[in-house]
Order: sequence, then structure tokens, then C-alpha cells
Amino acid sequence: MAHAADAAHADHHDTPTFWRRWFYSTNHKDIGTLYLIFGFTAGIVGGLLSIAMRLELQDPGLQWFANPQAYNVFVTGHGLIMVFFMVMPTLIGGFGNWFIPIMIGAPDMAFPRMNNISFWLTVSAFALMLCSLFVEGAPGSLGFGGGWTVYPPLSTTGHPGPALDFGILALHLAGAASILGAINFITTILNMRAPGMTLHKMPLFAWAMLVTAFLLLLSLPVLAGAITMLLTDRNFGTTFFEPSGGGDPVLYQHLFWFFGHPEVYIMILPAFGIVSHIISTFSRKPIFGYLGMAYAMVAIGVVGFVVWAHHMYTVGLSLQTQAYFVFATMVIAVPTGVKIFSWLATMWGGSIRFTAAMYWSVGFIFLFTVGGVTGVVLANAPVDRYMHDTYYVVAHFHYVLSLGAVFIIFAGMYYWFPKITGYIMPEWIGKLHFWVAFIGSNVLFFPMHFLGLSGMPRRYADYPDAFAGWNLVSSIGGYIFFAGLFIFIFGVVYAFVRKEQAGANPWGEGATTLEWTLSSPPPYHQFETLPRIADTGH
Amino acid sequence: MTALSTAAVAFVLGISAAWAGTGQPTPWETGMQEMVTEVGQGVANFHTYLVWLIAAVCLFVLALILVIVVRFNERKHPVPSRTTHNTLLEVGWTIIPVLILVAIAIPSFRLLRLQLVPPQADVVVKVTGYSWYWGYEYPEDQGGFRFDSNMITETSALKPDQPRLLGVDNAMVVPVGKVVLLQVTAADVIHAFALPSFAVKIDAIPGRLNQTWFKADKEGVYYGQCSELCGNGHPYMPIEIRVVSEQQYAAWLAEAKERYAATDGSSLLKLATAQ
Repeated sequence: MAHAADAAHADHHDTPTFWRRWFYSTNHKDIGTLYLIFGFTAGIVGGLLSIAMRLELQDPGLQWFANPQAYNVFVTGHGLIMVFFMVMPTLIGGFGNWFIPIMIGAPDMAFPRMNNISFWLTVSAFALMLCSLFVEGAPGSLGFGGGWTVYPPLSTTGHPGPALDFGILALHLAGAASILGAINFITTILNMRAPGMTLHKMPLFAWAMLVTAFLLLLSLPVLAGAITMLLTDRNFGTTFFEPSGGGDPVLYQHLFWFFGHPEVYIMILPAFGIVSHIISTFSRKPIFGYLGMAYAMVAIGVVGFVVWAHHMYTVGLSLQTQAYFVFATMVIAVPTGVKIFSWLATMWGGSIRFTAAMYWSVGFIFLFTVGGVTGVVLANAPVDRYMHDTYYVVAHFHYVLSLGAVFIIFAGMYYWFPKITGYIMPEWIGKLHFWVAFIGSNVLFFPMHFLGLSGMPRRYADYPDAFAGWNLVSSIGGYIFFAGLFIFIFGVVYAFVRKEQAGANPWGEGATTLEWTLSSPPPYHQFETLPRIADTGH
Repeated sequence: MTALSTAAVAFVLGISAAWAGTGQPTPWETGMQEMVTEVGQGVANFHTYLVWLIAAVCLFVLALILVIVVRFNERKHPVPSRTTHNTLLEVGWTIIPVLILVAIAIPSFRLLRLQLVPPQADVVVKVTGYSWYWGYEYPEDQGGFRFDSNMITETSALKPDQPRLLGVDNAMVVPVGKVVLLQVTAADVIHAFALPSFAVKIDAIPGRLNQTWFKADKEGVYYGQCSELCGNGHPYMPIEIRVVSEQQYAAWLAEAKERYAATDGSSLLKLATAQ
């Protein structure tokens, strides 16, 4: 008997077979890898949709799409896929799962099996989302074309077909997956930190994920409520958002943006955490103003919940309401400024090694600043009235997401690639990719400020001829940005073919978080003896 | 490099200036459309002020990054400092942004009040968004008629001054220098009534009556486009407003009263009796 028990125990340490390992996985690193692969795949799909949009917008007139509705289905798909199936799974599911347990010195996530269901719910949600593209939405056309915000009545009476029902169920599953993931992260971070690691000694990525998880937990149920009301309005004769039955379309917008605004911080806070580690590592300096950095994220998270109606300045809010939301929104610039300047101060006086990950991180700081200051412009209702629903807004949120979150996804990839795979990727690959992406994305998104200022509305498949020039420039930038992805793919393949071993810590003394104390890739189960965190003050 | 970029900027600005027509976008434009209302002027000036501020912030951050790249790379600066705190600095980068935001908020609130508190109206027009055209209704004191405004789809049917996707068959006509109050709603899904040159944008929402106002200081033709996603025809429901002199307006009112349906339904009655 004793022998059998020993054997079972020994088995536990073996890597399970392929099917068991990747489909029944309960190991946080395997689930993290699955999320990274999933997020990258979804990103390619979402990216191809945006390339189709740029092809259409390259010249005035309709060239590639049969009608504007078909174009709007692509716009909607691009937005939903990039938010729910690319950025969130990669930053939270991928890097979060991989490195949160390791960084806090835990053997795994608190609820490994729940971690598994989170991932597979996300995949199921993506499958439903793809189904939605191929069933009827608006009469006589396929897919839902009402934008990622899904405003009624366009999403109720405007799209009677089942496409949006698939979409709503997809969002429900993705939301449930995220809520389960958030519970898992909160429990893990609050209960499973290694002995000696107080909250105030916890790495900033763990702080970022803790705040993000709370935002998910508090905001997603509101989205779930809103889209359930939408579902019953569509199918069961309720009139929550239907004025003829006493409902109000604007109620939906309040509910949606009560989720939607925290959502944008859900996408960027993990990136804030990652960029802090990369900058500290390669400057060979501890992070500057650690407590300020941690509590700036908490402040952004808290204030992020009380600014939602700045997305709704044109719906007819009263003077007092608009004035409040102008004020509250501008407050967010303060903790964000603290973070920008603390990153700069971390680098100041450092001995900086400009690796690929560092290129992407420094690029991020500048581009995020550009996206941040246009956010301050948009926070002001009187100017936003001119900019609202124009390309200026598109430029703004792509600067903070596509050049913010996405740049840090790549920074994280190049930073943790040796840890995850055990192989070194030559630095020139990541640097070349950076320059292509930096030039491409700026050529892509900067002219959109001009288009917005001259009045071009969003979600237009065809536009007056005066907008043609900057749209052409923008499209060319889009192709350059997309081409950069192939450099990344080449780099991954090249590193796997070359098999240059990374060793435990390829980045040297600056890399102080716990993942660099483990082998690369880390053992299947780490920290069977918990590490003790020395009492080093920040 | 500097000379080249200066030349490029001058080139772009030059083109914009050369093309700067009113009431519609111009090729290679880099700024706002020319504003013809007091509110619009206020918005444009406030935006220019913001551009200076945000450009200064971005250049400051860029300058710091460049200094860091040059001075603190591992070749120039092999031994890193261990500084992780500087109270004065941390207080500074909290307080200074607060002051900048206060300097933004004060003019912003003033402008917001100007936008949202309409003066006594001279002309009221009710605007209804349909999928996918606009309906305009002039109340009894202006003659009491209504008409629909559809985009001109055939390029050959456009008047010489009408751009593609902007020109409509029946434009809204208003007198110059008068306060026009718009009451905006929608019949099916949400649309948004937007006119960049007036800095006007207000959602047209079923079941709600929103209002906004403008007082155009200059005669001319001004174009806007629907600014809330409303389905297949979203790009095809432009707004054309012709701002005319008092006399032309009176003449147009007289003509419009004959041509368009009366709001009280009497023209339908006339039609019925005629048949």
C-alpha cells in the first residue's frame, strides 16, 4: 500500500501526457502558455479584420465591402476580439497566470481547476463570437454591426437576427471566465504570498493584477446585467431600453460604461505592472517610489469607477452632470502622471541596458504619454462635443491600447521569452520588430488625430473625398505595423530552432523578482519549499 | 533634419491654409474646421490652448527620455545609483499636474456653460433622425411645415458646391446671426446630429427630446454627418445647413410653405381633396 502511494506521489511530479497536460491542465504555467497562444491567435484574427478595414478606408468609395453594414460587422468584431480575446487573455490570463504565483513565491494558483475552466470558457466564448459572424444580424446580412458598445435600439430592433444573441452569450461566457479568473487572482495574491512577503513588498505586477482583479470582479457583473436586459428585450418582450414601454436607451449606456470605463484600466493596469519590472531590471535599479506606484494604481482603479459618463457627453446630460464628469476624469491624470514620472525617475541614474524589451518599454512610456494627454483633451466636455465619435477618439484609444497595452504585450514577450521557453531570442529581432512597429503604428494612428479634427466620424465605410489623404497614410502605416508581426513570429521560430539556452537569469543583477531564481523554463512544480523573503525595505 | 521637418510642417500648414474652405473638411487638414459661431470659436481657441499644453508635456517627457538614453546607458554610466525616493520630486510631480489641470478646468467650465445654457431662441427647428435621413420641422411661427433631407446619391445630381456624401436634396435653411434652437430626437435607432463648424453635436435618441443651439455669424453652406453608429446607412445621412440673410430666409420660408407638407396635416387634406 505504502509503495503504491509513493508511486502515485512520484507520478504527480511527472509531466502528464499531451492530452492531459494541455486539455485538463491545472498547472498555472501551462494554462498561462495556453492563454498566450490563444491571445496571439485571436490577435491575428482581430488584426486581419483591421487590415480589411484599412484596405477599405485606403480610398474613398466602397471597394472591398459590399455595403457599410458588412464593414461595421468587421469594426465590431475587431473591437470585441481585441478587447476580450487578445489583450485580456494575454496580459491577465497569459502573463498573470505565468508569473503571479512565481513572483509571490506560491507553488500554483489558489484554485487550479477553476483556472482551467476560466481558460476553456474563454475559448468557448471566442467560438460563439466567431459563430456570430456567420449568422444573420440585421435583416439580410450576416453578423452584428452595432459596434463593441452594442447600443440599443440598434442592437435590439436594428438587428433582429440571432447574430447578437451569439454575441451576448459569448460576452457572458467571457465575462464568467474573467470573474472566475479574478476570484482566483485575488485569493492567490491575498493568501498565498511566500513567508515574509507583505503586501508592501509585493512586486508591482502583483499589485497591478490585484487591482485589475478587483476591477473585473466589480465591473463585469454590471455588464452581465446590461446584456442580459438586452437579451430579454430582444427575445422575451421586456422593454428595459425601449421608450415605448417606458424604458430608456440611455440607461443601457450608463450600465455599459460603468463596466466599459473600468475595462480600459483592466487592459492597461497589468501593462503598468510589467513595464515597471522591465524598466527596473534593465536600469539595474529598484523601482522609484514603489509605494506611490502601487497606490497610484489603486487610485486609478477607484477613480476609474466614477468617470464613466465622459463617454456620453453628447447624450444630453445636464450641465452639472457634465461638469462633474469633466472634473472626475481629469483627476485620473494625476496618478497616471505619477506613474510616468516614476518610471522616468527609475531610469534616471540607472545603468541602462537597451534590450529589445527595454526598447518597447521606453517606446511605451512616450506613446502612452501622447495617448494620455489627448485623453485630457477629450475629458473636457466642450471640446469633446467636437471630437466625440470622430477619428480623434479612435486615435486616442489606439495610442493608449494599441501603442500602450500591445507594446507592453510585446515588451513582456521579449522580457519573459527566455523564462517561458528556456531559449534566448537574439536581441536584434525584438529591436527590428520594435522599429517597424513604432514607425508603423505612428504612421497608422497619428494622422487619425487630423482626421478627427477635420471632422471625420468613426465607423464610416465611405467618407467625403477630403479625408482621402490622411486615410491613405494611415492605411500604409497599418500594413507596416502588421508586417512587424512576421518578425516576431520569425523570432520565436528562430529561437526554437537555435535552442540557445537562457540559463536561470539572462538579464543579470537588475532582475530581482522571484521568477529569475528558478531555472528556465521553471520546473513543472516550483517552490515545494516556500522561499523566504528577506526584510529589504524599498 | 530640422530644416526638413520645418519645411514639411510649413508645407502641410500651407496646404491647409490654401484649402481652408468653410463648412466642410479640406484635404490634408490638420486642425479643426473653420468655426462660424461664438461657441465654435471658443472651442477652437480652447483646443489651441490645450494643444500647446499637451505638446509641452509630451516634449518634456520626450526630452527626459532622450537625456536618459544619452546619459544613463550602461556604457556612459556603468554604476547605477540606488536612489528610490525623493519626497520633493514626488510632491512636485503630483502638485504641478494638479495646477495644470486647474488651469484647464477653469476655461473648460466657462465654455461648457456657454454651450449648454441656450439664449432666447429666434428660430426653433425640430430635427428627427431616421434610418437613414434627417427630417426637419419648422413650427407654426415659421410657417409650420416639415420635410425630409436625403443624401444625393448620384454624383451627377450634386450642385457644383456640394461634395460627395455631404450634399443633400433639401437642406435646412436658417437666418444668419439668429439664435437657432434645435430640438433633436430619433424615430428608430440612435443617431447624432453634428455640425463641426458650429461645434454642435447632440444625440438623437428615440423617446427623448434633446436640445442644442447655435448662432451662425457667417452666411454659407455648412456640412455635418451622422455621428452615432446607426446601421447600414450611417455614412449616408449627412446634414447640410444653409445660413442665409434675413431676406433670403423670408423668401425661402414662403417657398418652403408651398413646397413642403404642413405640420398640421392640412396639405395632406388639400392633396386628398384634389384627388
